Amino acid sequence: MISGAQIMVRCLQEEQVEVAFGYPGAAICPFYDELYHTNIRHVLVRQEQNAAHEASGYARSSGKVGVCIVTSGPGATNLITGLATAYMDSIPLVAISGQVNSELLGRDVFQEADVTGACESFTKHSYLVKNAADLPRIFKEAFAIASTGRPGPVLIDVPVDVQQSLVEGEFSYPAVADIVGYKPRTEGNGLQIKRALTAIQQAKRPLICCGGGVVLAGAREEMKAFARKTGIPIVATMMGIGVIPMDTPQYLGMIGTHGRTYANRAMRESDLILLCGARVGDRAITAPEQIAKNTQIIHIDIDPAEIGKNIPVDIPIVGDIQQVLARFAEKAEPLDIEPWRQTVIGYKTAYIPTGEDREDCVEPRSFIRALSRMMDDTAILVADVGQNQIWSARNFNVKEGRFLTSGGLGTMGYALPAAIGAKIAKPHRQVVAICGDGSFQMSMMELATACQQQVPVKLILMDNSRLGMVKELQDKLYGSRYEATLLDGNPDFVQLCRSYGITAVRAESNRQAEEYAAEMLRSEGPYVLVCRVDPDTPTI
Amino acid sequence: MKYTLSVLVENQPGVLSKVVGLFSRRGFNIDSLAVGETESPETSRITIVVDGDERIVEQVEKQLNKIIPVIKVKNLSAGGKYLSCELCLIKVSCTAAQRPEVIEIANMMRSEIIDVGLKTVTLRFAGTADRAETLFTLLQPYGVREIVRTGTIAMEKGDAVTRGR
Repeated sequence: MISGAQIMVRCLQEEQVEVAFGYPGAAICPFYDELYHTNIRHVLVRQEQNAAHEASGYARSSGKVGVCIVTSGPGATNLITGLATAYMDSIPLVAISGQVNSELLGRDVFQEADVTGACESFTKHSYLVKNAADLPRIFKEAFAIASTGRPGPVLIDVPVDVQQSLVEGEFSYPAVADIVGYKPRTEGNGLQIKRALTAIQQAKRPLICCGGGVVLAGAREEMKAFARKTGIPIVATMMGIGVIPMDTPQYLGMIGTHGRTYANRAMRESDLILLCGARVGDRAITAPEQIAKNTQIIHIDIDPAEIGKNIPVDIPIVGDIQQVLARFAEKAEPLDIEPWRQTVIGYKTAYIPTGEDREDCVEPRSFIRALSRMMDDTAILVADVGQNQIWSARNFNVKEGRFLTSGGLGTMGYALPAAIGAKIAKPHRQVVAICGDGSFQMSMMELATACQQQVPVKLILMDNSRLGMVKELQDKLYGSRYEATLLDGNPDFVQLCRSYGITAVRAESNRQAEEYAAEMLRSEGPYVLVCRVDPDTPTI
Repeated sequence: MKYTLSVLVENQPGVLSKVVGLFSRRGFNIDSLAVGETESPETSRITIVVDGDERIVEQVEKQLNKIIPVIKVKNLSAGGKYLSCELCLIKVSCTAAQRPEVIEIANMMRSEIIDVGLKTVTLRFAGTADRAETLFTLLQPYGVREIVRTGTIAMEKGDAVTRGR
């Protein structure tokens, strides 16, 4: 005989889960009691949303599925924003939620919430477990669904009585997940690949647009090889940052509303765009129909539904980017596109970065460029949402490391918990989070998690006492009427962090910020660098 | 234009809500939706009539395919021939004097009178949505009190079948 809760823990062990991020409650207690007997590391978060963000940072840095655990009712509803964040950015998570006794389901009892119903549009799939004997199959399927094809979060909702119930016989875990309606296609169609290569060969002004799918597929090397062989200029969406280092001449940086003007210009002037794992979000490509009118579009994506969703496509290729790009790199030949290359590289060279060092406060853009030079090549930078996200995306040069941010949903408060998760996954790498004073206050309770777990996370807080991005919008469109964007009432962040026992300092100039940053990168424990920023600093 | 989709799904709780939720979430318009078990108790079939253009229906198909318990989606309106029909119950105002006329319409449209009241008769009709509309038009002058329709169900013509693997 084995209990449902024991089965759940055994399933996690079978999946080689080493860390889980969670917050307990009555409806998940039987599971926690079994977790007590294992060596799975449990990271107690301070609010459930952050369990998903920490699992997300962990998953993105480790390449494994992130696991988070919550209780029923408010635990589960708090989790939703975290799941939605992961869903929009295609991050593989398995979320386990406790549920009230299955006999009482639907009666609105204490801490009951229909979480599988509520999460329908934010999860790749979800299960409400009715029978403990189904748990091994469900866990096997959940991990397979989360991590294959286009990754995403999967929710398993387990009523407390299912966790307690006893199942006859020994525990056995299925070797494979056999799901009749789920067969992701990974190998691109040979004929389409051939067509695409011919089109690329004939193009005069080809351009590669690198999206988050390239990062998710682990296709960085294949992308570099293909780009090197053909010499095609490259742009990236925000989620595609980090595939190609910024100092690569043919790399033009981020496109979109907050992207580089010359990268957007290259998009408009190209005669062929190779979209790789990019879903053509509105923030990345504002007028897709306009671009498609003058340009041939080749779209590679593992999710067939992304092809043709936001932009008309000439040559679709459904498949795993890594596999497809490997074939591209193998078959492609050097192109005769030197004039085009020189044109766009010229655009890039003519560009003068915005923001210069200041002595009366910290200029965030030039500071992030300086920080970028100070950090290891393999460093992981986690940006929050708001002006700090764009400052980071535009000015940090990701070389062999990673750039993590909430690109799709744009969830404020993502940086600190995601950085904790990333640091747990890669304890020997530099992990730095950049956030604003608005976003920091959405998840600052996680400082306690970092302290309790002894995660030496480094945080740079760009403090302008404003919701900077909305304020900028008010300046541009709403006559500078600052309704609800002034963050008066902020605490003294340095004192606040120190009360956790965390080293915290405040920089009032770029010189000071750089000195502290050097100290931060050398320091052993958690470190918070608060930078006083001019509220009128532009985003771009 | 209207497209008829035949969607084979795993017969488990919550699948219908996933399918319906998808349509409202993505702003697709459903004309009708009919669901029932198939030849195998493990699968159900949902027949959906969608209103839209080719691009919309392509997205509908792809998005439906992303739902894990969806086994197969077939757009019956794309090329091949298919059979379709729906079942309707129509309660129409009808005095004793009007009965012969209503009976004649019913016979003409191969519809059956299944109930008679003092002021109404109730007809049962099975056929294409097109013919159902004709019947409603013919009955309109008498005063249609209530119509209940199952929505279209459809199947490929000839030997072809819509199955999973």
